[in-house]
Amino acid sequence: MNRFWNEYQKAIADDHFFYERSCIRQTFFPGSETAFLRMLREELNKDIFDDFRQHTCTGIGFHCDIVPLETTMTVVARLFSLMTEHGYENYVPSCVTSFGVFTEMVHMWEEHPELLEKTRENLYKACKREFNIPKNIAHPSDVIYHFRNELAEKMKYRLVNRFTGKPLKVVEHIGCHYAKIFPDKGVGKAEFPYVLAGMIESWGGEVVDYPERRHCCGFGFRQYLVQENRGYSVSNTKKKLESMEPYEPDFIVSNCPGCSMFLDRWQYTIAEMEHKTYDREGYGIPVLTYEEMAGLLLGYDPWELGLQIHQVQSERLLDKIGIPYDPKAKYRTADGKILRAPEKPENLLV
Amino acid sequence: MGNLIDLIKSDVRYEDSLKACMNCGICTAICPAAEFYDYDPRRICDTVQRGDEEQVEKLLRSDTIWYCGQCMSCKPRCPRGNIPGAVINILRKVSQDMGYYKDSHMGRQQVELMEGIGNNILEIGYCVHPDKVLPERHPEQGPVWEWYVKNIKTVSPKFGANYHGEGAGALRTITPETMEELRNIFRVTGGMGFHDTILNGPHDE
Repeated sequence: MNRFWNEYQKAIADDHFFYERSCIRQTFFPGSETAFLRMLREELNKDIFDDFRQHTCTGIGFHCDIVPLETTMTVVARLFSLMTEHGYENYVPSCVTSFGVFTEMVHMWEEHPELLEKTRENLYKACKREFNIPKNIAHPSDVIYHFRNELAEKMKYRLVNRFTGKPLKVVEHIGCHYAKIFPDKGVGKAEFPYVLAGMIESWGGEVVDYPERRHCCGFGFRQYLVQENRGYSVSNTKKKLESMEPYEPDFIVSNCPGCSMFLDRWQYTIAEMEHKTYDREGYGIPVLTYEEMAGLLLGYDPWELGLQIHQVQSERLLDKIGIPYDPKAKYRTADGKILRAPEKPENLLV
Repeated sequence: MGNLIDLIKSDVRYEDSLKACMNCGICTAICPAAEFYDYDPRRICDTVQRGDEEQVEKLLRSDTIWYCGQCMSCKPRCPRGNIPGAVINILRKVSQDMGYYKDSHMGRQQVELMEGIGNNILEIGYCVHPDKVLPERHPEQGPVWEWYVKNIKTVSPKFGANYHGEGAGALRTITPETMEELRNIFRVTGGMGFHDTILNGPHDE
């Protein structure tokens, strides 16, 4: 490895992970969290623990400024206490904002040891608990990146258009809180984030470099969560979509739960409001999580990954890669009952 | 007076967030909020740095501090290592502690956020949960979301979720014991008092 590029790498643990779930991912992408655990356990034979006593990290509340710093800090400490109690040292928070929050709290404890003492005191007073600071904090996308070559060996498909033989063109979107808050905690830092690009290149695809590649998706916390502010959110996604459109990407992949959802849903909104889609045919550009991308290539069932609960549908992408799927199973319940399909949007083709 | 500046500087985040702004404006150039709103993080840093109590109070009572989207794109760009997005966190905290947030339309949205996200945290242990993302309040989520929410009990197990179930897994019900520990943290660290103040507030004159 080039010695300069070496400075852009981060330490990622090899095994024995404590997993912390994400509020947004459990809500919108539960199949991705399941796929991550399956890949770690079944494909890579790693140990990863999922504790039922975990809870929100309060990250969304923290960035909406409705949860004070000292509170979030102690909530983080409780989550670390669960990790400590089970003998783990490697913490894997599922959400990019959680990853930013945990990294920020540890940084503040390092800079201000009196805050660490106060947090220990608060946690003990509130919960009679003690905690260790993790030796390693890695986002699940870091972990998948770390094992991308091992996973590639097990993959049945590649990111190649089977009709043309050419690599699929993939837009990668890195959540802002992955590397903009603490650049040295992200693979490639803030300037050259490589965590998703590394997966795409290793799995046969081609990364699309477009002008607004690093622009925020527009979540904006209070700018989306307050209904009247949502123009902020859709405007920022629109800016990105307009910028990537000329490159005709086959799909978008993101490592942030909010970004994955907004890049999907705002395409629907823009199509309904302005009769505009950012692909040629009117179906929109499919948006995948990195676990959905990896899971599809490993041969996992698209409907168990949860692709049917995205608003932009992905069958055309599956056809390009050559991934088989059962159209009749798309809207089946877990026990096999066939449900009526969702209503079709007026403009966005599904 | 000097009270507001002292309050701002007493926040542990201040030292890291505003070292010395040279007014280059790169934060404003990269800022998604500055593209959408009449918002300029450079001016905010300048106002705080100058330390004029009157101007700072005006800022704390205005819509301006509520425009930031907390993406923190400003942080890696600032040549002086300032963090305008974190200066915003401090200003918003002081505005709420002083009751000034009530003087602006955007500031008063904190009540809505507390009723939504704040109550979710304290009642169910999640910031966001499918039961709380109601299709009628989220038309942008589209018909697939409406379908999923309607059928979540029978469909989500397919994705490995444990919706309202016991034990581990996505969307499990968080146990009363865990919820009590979480609420205790809020009680001990001032989060509960802050929650109640925003919702019921001693600031009501």
